[in-house]
Amino acid sequence: MSDDAPSKKAKGTVFVRKEICKGCSYCIDFCPPHCLAFSDDYNAKGYHYPVLSPAEDCTGCDLCGLYCPDFAIFGVKYEDIEKLRQDAATPVRVSA
Amino acid sequence: MSTEQAVLDGLEIDNPVMPYLRKDRIPHIWCPGCGIGTTVNCFARALGESGLDLDKVAVVSGIGCTGRVAGYMNLDSFHTTHGRPIPFATGLKLANPELKVVVYSGDGDLFAIGGNHFFHAARRNMDLMVVCINNHTYGMTGGQLAPTTPMGATQTTMPYGNFEQPFNLPFIADACGAVYVARWTVYHVKQITRAMKEGLSKRGFAFIEIISPCPTLYSRRNRLGDGVDMVKYYKEKSVIKNGANTKEVDLSFQGEITVGKFVDRERTTWLDGMNDHFSKVFGSKFKKYGVHHVED
Ligand SMILES: Cc1ncc(C[n+]2csc(CCOP(=O)(O)OP(=O)(O)O)c2C)c(N)n1
Ligand code: SF4
Ligand code: SF4
Ligand code: SF4
Ligand SMILES: [Mg+2]
Repeated sequence: MSDDAPSKKAKGTVFVRKEICKGCSYCIDFCPPHCLAFSDDYNAKGYHYPVLSPAEDCTGCDLCGLYCPDFAIFGVKYEDIEKLRQDAATPVRVSA
Repeated sequence: MSTEQAVLDGLEIDNPVMPYLRKDRIPHIWCPGCGIGTTVNCFARALGESGLDLDKVAVVSGIGCTGRVAGYMNLDSFHTTHGRPIPFATGLKLANPELKVVVYSGDGDLFAIGGNHFFHAARRNMDLMVVCINNHTYGMTGGQLAPTTPMGATQTTMPYGNFEQPFNLPFIADACGAVYVARWTVYHVKQITRAMKEGLSKRGFAFIEIISPCPTLYSRRNRLGDGVDMVKYYKEKSVIKNGANTKEVDLSFQGEITVGKFVDRERTTWLDGMNDHFSKVFGSKFKKYGVHHVED
């Protein structure tokens, strides 16, 4: 979750795996409410990664997750977190 | 461990596309801002939405940056030789008719060295979904001219700008007989996902072209900026024309990009055609091949 704790107003939030982000800016440029910005900090590879700013504008629409070429970010609506947790516990391939 | 990771572990949730990928291979090798990863992201979601049994889906790639896709998917996959994913996939499909076989490869792989295979698989209406990542160049080998490089663009082997007419890929696919033809760009993530879902459920030869940035060897070399600048260009210059005449969807250097679903029709697949033909010729003596799929 972003450094700013989301206020009650926010409908969703993002999860960022900052260590695999390559700083391409896709998520930042195509977030519909423009609520992502580059961090001041950078990761071990030297890339600035996205942080919520302002966090309360995030809708959890996951468009950032769909654009990210590196699978480093995804958005969730607070109301969907439980479903996602259940989905994560169900393997997508029986044989794998 | 970062706070983010701790939160993910605590909730036992992960990026919803991760189960479709070989996690141990992430981070992938693609450059920052390369569009290939975005298309894989869409592919993973399309697989999830398709409801297909993933043990019955296989992905085949040729050689190139796009060719690496086969190695990142949590599916049975094969990374073939350069230009040959379509003949490999054809063999795979005919030997295992119950499989949904997806070919995922680059513009150079599918239309330069592999062009002939593309024409004939489309002509035969082989039951394959072919995804072409068109970055207008040979990314992996250093940015040489591809049959898809727009006129005027500079490449390592065309240092004064390209003077050769490029291919119009949807027109080729249409003319050769593909039953589904669509073009989108990396800007159109939702449409790509939908097209892939449609392609996965289509019987016959489905072709999806995705215009994608290669910042390292195409856009920076042409002073067009980074990956994100190319995606902004796609956003600005794309015009959606579903059902457009494929003759009219050529691309030009930084010009308008016609996108959409251009063709969606029905035609006898190769396997159905073979079964029908031999049933007529040999009557009840002929046992249909792969019918469990044919009668689906
Ligand atoms: C038979 C053969 N010829 C040439 C090559 C060199 N080669 C490797 S990838 C490639 C072109 C890749 O271009 P494309 O298919 O567009 O993939 P991209 O890297 O752009 O995704 C070439 C010519 C090879 N590996 N094998
Ligand atoms: S989930 Fe949607 S609103 Fe939130 S950061 Fe991502 S794109 Fe923006
Ligand atoms: S799209 Fe992904 S890789 Fe690019 S800046 Fe955002 S999180 Fe990082
Ligand atoms: S060279 Fe181009 S196509 Fe290959 S990974 Fe880098 S940006 Fe992508
Ligand atoms: Mg290419």
